[in-house]
Amino acid sequence: MTGQDWKTNRRVFAAVSLPTLFWIILFFLLPMAIVWLYSFGENRGLTDIEISGTLDNYKRATEWLYLTIFGKSFAVAALVTLICLIVGFPVAMAITFANEKWRPWLLLGIMLPFWTNLLIRTYALMMLLGTQGFANKGLGALWEGTSWLKVLAGLQPLPTWEPVPLLFNNFAVVFGLVYVHLPFMVLPLYAALDRLDRSLIEASLDLGAGHFRTIMRIVVPLAAPGIVAGVMITLIPALGAYLTPDLMGGTDSQMIANVIERQFKKANDWPFGAALSFLLIYAMFILIALQSMRRKVPEAH
Amino acid sequence: MARFARPSRAPLEYSRTLWMRLWVGAVMLFLYAPLIVLVIFSFNDSKRNVVWRGFTTRYYEKALGNDQLVEALFNSLTIAALATIVSLALGAVAAVMLWRFRFPLKGTVDGTISLPIIVPEICLGVAFLMFFARVGWPTDLVWPFNLGAITIAHITFCFPFVTMVVRSRLASFNREQEEAAKDLGASEWQMFRDVLIPHIRPALVAGALLSFTLSLDDFVITYFTSGPDTITFPVKVYSMVRFSVTPEVNAASTLLIVLTVILTFIALKLQGVKAIAETH
Amino acid sequence: MADPARPIIQIRNVSKRFGRVTAVDDVSLDINAGEFFVLLGPSGCGKTTLLRMIAGFELPSEGQILIDGQDMAGIPPNRRPVNMVFQSYAVFPHMRVADNVAYGLKIAGVKGGEARDRVAEALDLVKLGGFESRMPDQMSGGQRQRVALARSLVMRPKVLLLDEPLSALDAKLRAQMQFELSELQEKVGITFVTVTHDQDEALSMACRIAVINKGDVAQLATPSDLYEYPANRFVADFVGSVNIFEGKLSLDEPDRAAIDCTGLGKVYLNHGVTGPHGANVWVALRPEKIYLHVPGVGKAVKAAGEDAPEGHNFARGTIKGMRYLGDITLFDIELETGARIRVSRPNLSRRDQEDFTWGDKVSMHWRADSPVVLLG
Repeated sequence: MTGQDWKTNRRVFAAVSLPTLFWIILFFLLPMAIVWLYSFGENRGLTDIEISGTLDNYKRATEWLYLTIFGKSFAVAALVTLICLIVGFPVAMAITFANEKWRPWLLLGIMLPFWTNLLIRTYALMMLLGTQGFANKGLGALWEGTSWLKVLAGLQPLPTWEPVPLLFNNFAVVFGLVYVHLPFMVLPLYAALDRLDRSLIEASLDLGAGHFRTIMRIVVPLAAPGIVAGVMITLIPALGAYLTPDLMGGTDSQMIANVIERQFKKANDWPFGAALSFLLIYAMFILIALQSMRRKVPEAH
Repeated sequence: MARFARPSRAPLEYSRTLWMRLWVGAVMLFLYAPLIVLVIFSFNDSKRNVVWRGFTTRYYEKALGNDQLVEALFNSLTIAALATIVSLALGAVAAVMLWRFRFPLKGTVDGTISLPIIVPEICLGVAFLMFFARVGWPTDLVWPFNLGAITIAHITFCFPFVTMVVRSRLASFNREQEEAAKDLGASEWQMFRDVLIPHIRPALVAGALLSFTLSLDDFVITYFTSGPDTITFPVKVYSMVRFSVTPEVNAASTLLIVLTVILTFIALKLQGVKAIAETH
Repeated sequence: MADPARPIIQIRNVSKRFGRVTAVDDVSLDINAGEFFVLLGPSGCGKTTLLRMIAGFELPSEGQILIDGQDMAGIPPNRRPVNMVFQSYAVFPHMRVADNVAYGLKIAGVKGGEARDRVAEALDLVKLGGFESRMPDQMSGGQRQRVALARSLVMRPKVLLLDEPLSALDAKLRAQMQFELSELQEKVGITFVTVTHDQDEALSMACRIAVINKGDVAQLATPSDLYEYPANRFVADFVGSVNIFEGKLSLDEPDRAAIDCTGLGKVYLNHGVTGPHGANVWVALRPEKIYLHVPGVGKAVKAAGEDAPEGHNFARGTIKGMRYLGDITLFDIELETGARIRVSRPNLSRRDQEDFTWGDKVSMHWRADSPVVLLG
């Protein structure tokens, strides 16, 4: 059953549909439409904007500077997603196959950081990664230890430890984004693996395949929808990330969201910011369209 | 020694293999170490977050004595509470609409409702900035009406999550229960109250928790909609972090972490670990 | 019990179409007050749709349904004097047993002591006294079903509708519940209308059975009439197991008839058929109505051999398959014509199953009033 025809119960339908439609039109579609219109506008004076239908804002967005920022944002988001997938898949496996008693707690362990304030988590990471932070101290201790071992072995000691810059660079941005987005990846992966029929894995083992081969040939293909979902759920917010590159990045770590923000808060060029916003939204749409196309291909045969 | 090398386990007990355990342990360490360090150093008797100089609670006193910070936290909690209530109502109603009825343009409506989840925060923030500027939303209202703009923005990105969670719960509803209630004399409304709402209650709890934390968490969208008199906690912390990293920020952060943990455990008490885990 | 001839439900020319599919096709039948009525049929035959139309969850495309003389058109399920026990039981999982049972009373405005008494009475009726404060998830499937029963019975409906009430129970429990349901029905005197696809269930519980096929009533009869005098091949085949042979009517007089069957040879009957001479008919013969014996042994042979035309019919064959079922043994026998026939034989003593084995030549005979001649 695909549900009841709305005409058979108009009163209940009106009661449930009107508030939703009212809200989504007034407080979502209308604001988005304003951004879309402004992206075809020009600045006239300090606060006056005329919607003249110009395409200049989009033309400017294709300048080399902005293209490289778009490209870099994509590259960073893709790298973050890949790392999250590699790190998260075994975790999702471990949760799926953990015993009944442990599974909910492991899940909670993944979810609690997800519920913790993003800004606080970013700040916590910054503390750890700073030049005086524990990460550097740990690495320093390792360095000193190696140096000491070398002396012990009668070799030249290593040069004195110089703190590595772990913060305010591209590494920090990627690291921070992985830290923030890992739970996003693990949860859909777990959901997909949990739905998997275990007898399929047992059948594969029974037919003589090893564990590694079983995972690669049976588990991964069957969990593909979950993997795609996890990739999308990680990739999309990572692409539009603002806070992490802003706080943890260096001067060359700007991502597209930071450029958009600058148009509104500093450069005061709303039309251009609006155009960039819509370009980012279009990019999202393309990603989602690609995903749904991928899903439809097998049905065509 | 051989026992350590290969603990006896069934073939599918992957989580009992050593390397799996190490991997999960390392990931948990990665996720929690920064937060634990942050909490520990909120008690450190030093202006800088580097070396342990002894236990103190004076940064908590300082944080709680910081009027701006307390006001920001209070604003955040107010917005989160309001946004949660409206999101729950709106989200549940939208879920029922999509689950129960067939109507023209259903696919479009369905897609549009989930759009706020997909559209990047920055774009949504920009949209609200322009929208409120364009409609000339008053900025000089008294508390709590001055938080209206932020609350509206938060509801827009929270309620689709509620819809998502409630809808997946509705999918497991046994329609015969609805019919049984009506068969026993219940009207449409009585059926909703007595059968459907109790069924989706775990999803409502999960949705409320999700909305509350999303709202409390949000920086980017709030950053674009807040004015000088409507600072929220994340916006305040952001400006503090930009300015300097002090134990005061640690103390304030710890308070919020504790709040998150308490909320989580209330939800657990209400629903049990499993139900919460399953709604995600 | 009420007057058995008084119809409590009248279904008049009711049809139900879902798009292009006709689920129920011009059905008319009366269900009498106080009877245990069963709608029997294969899945997808429209029996559940019929039940749901009585309850008010589906509206007839055409026709009229009257309950206790009142037209039900435009009356929603919550205002009909019938209650339903659902296939999944639909016990509200978040309410205690007592609250489940009290639900309908609460909505009807029955309060306090009266409500408590009626709940207790209903729970006693289904043997669940003392389970008041249990939650449904602490109960077995059979117990949940009793809750569903009590929840409906407490409303004192004019008719209780049961949708496949026993399908989710295991075989032993099902047999027990068949007895209990009949007993309960007699005790409360409420009309029960049950939908099932299980013929054993229907035969053991019903006062009358309507066999439904492709949205239409194939036969409406008492259980024994249905089994012994099926009206057509569908009913003969669906209710119990049967051997069916196609043949032509070659002799048809008031006190005797004969049919030339392609597989079975000439079959004699000791009564008339009143069909057109030379018409295509079918002979249905139940496996348990055939006697089996070793050729040339015993008085049965004598009987069969001597008065075959007027007394018993006679056939020979070879055992090709055997299934020992404990109480009976089923034989699959190849007749001399090459056709197959199924014969069942009760194991009256412990070693009866050793009398025959694969490949044995056997003789069979059956009374001249055992075969049923079907015209359609």
